Amino acid sequence: MNGVAPMLGWLEQLGRIGLRVIERLGRAHLLLVGIAGGLGSLIVRPGLLVRQLLSVGVLSALIVTVSGLFVGMVLALQGYYVLSKFGASESLGVMVAASLVRELGPVVTALLFAGRAGSALTAEIGLMKATEQLSGLEMMAVNPVNRVLTPRFFAGLISMPLLASMFSAVGVLGGYFVGVGLLGVDDGAYWSQMRATIDLHEDIYNGVIKSLVFGAVCTWIALYQGYDATPTSEGVSRATTRAVVHSALAVLGLDFVLTALMFGG
Amino acid sequence: MTSRSSADKDPLVKIRGLRFSRGDRVIFDGVDIDIPRGKVTAIMGPSGTGKTTLLKLIGGQLRPDAGTVEVDGQNVHALSTRELYKLRTRMGMLFQSGALLTDLSVFDNVAYPLREHTKLPAAMIRKLVLMKLEAVGLRGARDLMPAELSGGMARRVALARGIALDPMMIMYDEPFTGQDPISMGVLVQLIRRLNDASNMTSVIVSHDVAETAQISDLVYIISNGKVTGRGTPKTLESSGSAWVRQFLEGLPDGPVSFHYPAPPLAQDIQGAPARDAP
Repeated sequence: MNGVAPMLGWLEQLGRIGLRVIERLGRAHLLLVGIAGGLGSLIVRPGLLVRQLLSVGVLSALIVTVSGLFVGMVLALQGYYVLSKFGASESLGVMVAASLVRELGPVVTALLFAGRAGSALTAEIGLMKATEQLSGLEMMAVNPVNRVLTPRFFAGLISMPLLASMFSAVGVLGGYFVGVGLLGVDDGAYWSQMRATIDLHEDIYNGVIKSLVFGAVCTWIALYQGYDATPTSEGVSRATTRAVVHSALAVLGLDFVLTALMFGG
Repeated sequence: MTSRSSADKDPLVKIRGLRFSRGDRVIFDGVDIDIPRGKVTAIMGPSGTGKTTLLKLIGGQLRPDAGTVEVDGQNVHALSTRELYKLRTRMGMLFQSGALLTDLSVFDNVAYPLREHTKLPAAMIRKLVLMKLEAVGLRGARDLMPAELSGGMARRVALARGIALDPMMIMYDEPFTGQDPISMGVLVQLIRRLNDASNMTSVIVSHDVAETAQISDLVYIISNGKVTGRGTPKTLESSGSAWVRQFLEGLPDGPVSFHYPAPPLAQDIQGAPARDAP
């Protein structure tokens, strides 16, 4: 009999956590519906989107391109080491490009985006809530979801595939500098094998679809965490951490699912 | 003519049987309040009595558990979102922090509601914004960013923004908190002057007794979820209620105990320390 009470308490605790998670998921989905509902007003005021494209997309471009360069260079070094053992070092270009376009471009860009732009979005929205700016908008008869969140969401959605493309392109160049410039792989083989093997639909379009999904998910998580943050300095700080952690986990998990769907069969 | 004068006599805000709670904590337990048109009405009470919550209930940002809140004859919580937003264009609100949009200049903050809700040409908006800023004495600060303003200046800019659309009423959430004597004096005068000049209805939520009583026509005192006092500042000064006297005179002990509820000191000191250990 004594053993039943702690078990019931434990079950009760588990149930409470489950309900809380479901409640949060519900709120997050309602927010997403609200954000999508603001698309009409965004079309009327494209200036709001352009301003967010600058802060969410353009200002993330530097970190993304620098990272892409280094990732491409490392891929060439590691790839050359393995490929040369099998006498296939001429295929280095294919290996670098396929790895970047199909996987590393969308995934690493999304992780960098979550750290750079996602955390900034969460902190910005959380602080707007803490300083009553969102309430102020409501009392001025302006819908804060339409005016503040919708432009940021679509800026994230549009920026991510562009940033991932830049990451992959610069990565391919980084691989070229190391592979052809330093390791002596044939210049013509590097490009021609890449052009012959990388497929527009199979590789590039699928990579773009991945980055669109990651863009939507990372921006949604960042905006929701900011909007739902406890309006205190501690609350905003926790929300920012949660946004980055949840985005990273979501990107890695979704990458597996999308890869299985796109290339698994 | 008769209906017009009777409408004028009707209170602008009519609150009946208002009940509101957060979790297990009851904030309002059957509150009735009338806010007359064209007057300055103060809602006073100690910190944590839900004064700001009351403003949010009037503005439709929160929904009561029971009771009704009518503004200009419209039941705020029965309105559709579109109707509520339309009503809010006729209500101004001055938040405790000012709630200015930090990425916009002073000018753009004041122009914001005009750009959102009117189709006025830019030249007309400029004139209106400069007039509103002149009214709060900050026309010269129009190019500053909110981060460059003092607390008092930020509230004055927020006040200019609140009156940009010439609302029928304006609600002030703790307008005097944390102000130096000069800023406080400026705000006190501004609130009264704006109310009289524009024939607005003003609702001030505050616990700064002297400053608020100085400019109020009617005062409500709220405590423990109920209205404990109502009247002009003069009638409340001579109130027989021990609670009202304690609040107005700022006495440390009385019906509101100095001590937060706790077991007797001796019992607490001799009790097991393990529970309090970090």
